[in-house]
Amino acid sequence: MLHTVNKSSFERNSLQSCLNAIDDSSVILLIEDGVISAANNANSSMLAELATQGRVFALQGDIDARGISSKVADNIKLVDYAGFVDLVVEHGTAVSWV
Amino acid sequence: MSTKKFMYLNRRAPYGTVYALESLEVVLIAAAFDQDVSLAFMDDGVYQLVEGQNTDGIGMKNFSKTFHALGDYDINQFFVSAESLTERGLSADDLMPLVWEDEDDDWAEKPSVKVVSNVELSKLMSEQDVCLSF
Repeated sequence: MLHTVNKSSFERNSLQSCLNAIDDSSVILLIEDGVISAANNANSSMLAELATQGRVFALQGDIDARGISSKVADNIKLVDYAGFVDLVVEHGTAVSWV
Repeated sequence: MSTKKFMYLNRRAPYGTVYALESLEVVLIAAAFDQDVSLAFMDDGVYQLVEGQNTDGIGMKNFSKTFHALGDYDINQFFVSAESLTERGLSADDLMPLVWEDEDDDWAEKPSVKVVSNVELSKLMSEQDVCLSF
C-alpha cells in the first residue's frame, strides 16, 4: 500500500497515526506540508528507520517550495509528480492521512 | 486617526494552507492605514521566512518575495521564535536577510528580522493593542 501524509508533524498527528497503522510492505509519501517531516528535525526521527529501508518518499516540488532541500534527511527518496503516479501504480491501494 | 499597535502572529507553514498568504494580505492593509505593525513567527510559521523557496514545481505563487517589500511600507519588525527554529533544525542563517532603510539614518539598510525567545515574544504580545492570528 501507499500512504500519503500532507500535514506537518509539528501541527497534527497524521504521520504518527500513519506510522502506527502501516504494515511491513507499505511505503510513505510525504506531500504538501507533510514534507516538513522529511527535513532533519526533532520530529523526523520516527521516520528514520523506515527511510533506512527505502520506504519513505517525498515530493520534490513541495520540498523546494519550502526552501528545505538542503535539509532532507538521509535515505528519503525524492520524487516528482510522475514518480508519485508510479508509486500509486506500483503499490495499489492508496491511503491519504489528511 | 489614532495609531494602534498591531501584531500578526503567524504559526502555519506556507503553501499547504492559505493562512500564510492571507496574513500577508492583511498586513499590507494595516500598512496602508499607517498603523504600527509587527510580525511574529512561531511554530511552523518560521518556515514562511526560510530563504530559497522555489514554487516552480507546485504551480503556486512564491509569496516569500513579498516579505522583502514590506520594509518600504515601514514594516520592519519581524520577530522569530528561537525555540521554534531550534525544534525544526533551523537557525537564523536559514532565514531571508530582510532589511529596511532608515530615513533618519541616511537611509542605512538595517535588518528587519530578530530572533527572540518565547518569553520575549509573550512580552511583545502583551504590549499590543491588537493581535491577529494566522
